Amino acid sequence: MTPVEVLGGWLGVKLPESAQAWLANCIERCITGIADRDFYLLMSAVSRHVGKGPLALTDAELAAGSASRPGWDPRDWTLDQAVRVYLLCASTLGGAQCGVRLDRLCSAADIGELVAYYRGLPLYPEQPRYALRAAEGVRSNMRVVFEAVAHRNPYPSEQFAEAAWNQLVLKALFVGSPLAPIVGLDRRRNPTLARMLCDYAHERWAASRPVSPELWRCVGPFAAGPVLEDFARLFERGTADEQLAAALALREATDPGAARLLELHANVTRDGRDSSLAWERLTSTRT
Amino acid sequence: MRFIDPHIHMSARTTDDYERMAAAGVVAVIEPAFWLGQPRTHVGTFIDYLSSLVGWERFRASQFGIRHYCTIGLNSKEANNAALAEEVMDILPLFLGKEGVVAVGEIGYDDQTEAEDKFYRAQLQLALDLGMLVQVHTPHRDKKRGTTRSMDVAIEMGLDPGSVIIDHNNEETVQEVLDRGFWAAFTIYPETKMGSERMVEIARRYGSNRIFIDSSADWGKSDPLAVPKTARLMIERGLPRSDVEAICYRNALAAFGPSGQMKEEDWLSQQPRDERLLYLGNSVLRGQVPRVDELPAIPEFDERRLVK
Repeated sequence: MTPVEVLGGWLGVKLPESAQAWLANCIERCITGIADRDFYLLMSAVSRHVGKGPLALTDAELAAGSASRPGWDPRDWTLDQAVRVYLLCASTLGGAQCGVRLDRLCSAADIGELVAYYRGLPLYPEQPRYALRAAEGVRSNMRVVFEAVAHRNPYPSEQFAEAAWNQLVLKALFVGSPLAPIVGLDRRRNPTLARMLCDYAHERWAASRPVSPELWRCVGPFAAGPVLEDFARLFERGTADEQLAAALALREATDPGAARLLELHANVTRDGRDSSLAWERLTSTRT
Repeated sequence: MRFIDPHIHMSARTTDDYERMAAAGVVAVIEPAFWLGQPRTHVGTFIDYLSSLVGWERFRASQFGIRHYCTIGLNSKEANNAALAEEVMDILPLFLGKEGVVAVGEIGYDDQTEAEDKFYRAQLQLALDLGMLVQVHTPHRDKKRGTTRSMDVAIEMGLDPGSVIIDHNNEETVQEVLDRGFWAAFTIYPETKMGSERMVEIARRYGSNRIFIDSSADWGKSDPLAVPKTARLMIERGLPRSDVEAICYRNALAAFGPSGQMKEEDWLSQQPRDERLLYLGNSVLRGQVPRVDELPAIPEFDERRLVK
């Protein structure tokens, strides 16, 4: 099944009956070719018809979702968001039309709609078409919109060039968003990002402001030379979380100096062997 | 005491204003679509403006613990550019169904030209078609006649007066507005429209039935604290507290609530909805939820907190 079919299946059981009839009528109009103006009118009023309750997927449903589209994680979606994405996909004949309609919808969108359209990115036809749109979402000052692109969304890690990817990670730290929900965070690590993050940490330290321990997750593999002094600082003066973050990060470094530093502070690695779980726990214990 | 300012152009105001309003007890605002001080020349600038009313401004308000709603429409001044006005009419349906849009507004007459009349009627028809409320701007010049005409046309078009808010009233217009069953809103402007002192006298004379007040604060010299300040004056002058609450809070909610887009629970629940959305979006694996500042406590009536 395609992810759009999977989505349609969920809506068939999760929408209240009154909304089912409305949606069936919309789909009928969409697949037989709906005029732009009628389509936008219909989309603007989605939440008035289907409400904003959670889509509330079970683990089995989530598994079916990611089987149909690797990396797709709609656990946080609401009903109106799911319907918007479904209607947009159902109404379009191809990437070109989808791209035009998506841009038009975003140009007149309220916050909840923007969140929906950005969350839908991994489902639209001809994936590379939407990289600029996604980068626009990353530039948003509305954090909930930024996170619609950045969190539990495989699109950026698949389609962003390195510069755009690095901006996404850095912006997450800037706005106080956790890094753990960013799909592909480990896979897309790169030396330039590590350098940007270290500079950012130094800026924060210079201003006596806290640095998210998660930052070091993207630095670890490239920890060498002067960066090791930053890690030494974490071990010596950091909070317990920062010390743990330093140890988790250094486990991935290849530099011999990093191994020696880690050896010196072997007692810190109190957590289990699964690094990504440990990082997530680190995120969730922060206040 | 809690307050609603049902007519204020927050896009033109600063964050200081938001902070002072929240501290004074303003829990919700309605931002009517209006003009920007000079006429727009392209439909695209209307689209961006209306988008900001349902998007960025709504978010900005939520950062200060204030719920933001809006009304969407083509204002009377810019209705006089008929070619552009036609284009704007075409894009209004894109926005009227959005969340937080409580009415078609602010629409009505300015110079009372033919073009204004045409687009006022067209928008009343839109409200009828979509089952929406209407917020009417009454003119500064030739006010009494313009107000009467606004109501005549609304009734002629088949609108229920109970679903129409007539704004910017004064001593000369209020009686007719109430007699005909419309909502009567008053804009508290120190100089041009209605001062707090006069408003106290109107409340004394007409009571609190179907009457409420707003600041209409915008990019001009105006006061975003007009509602709480007038409430204070009413209390000081001995008006019953229940009347003051009706005029400064409850009636605005009763007038715009039937839109289905504005509910008291929106602000009585502890977090603004947009922040809850974040919570919802991240409730499982994230302890480090987005920072949600505590909403300011609703102040008991305390005049020291208000700038006189």
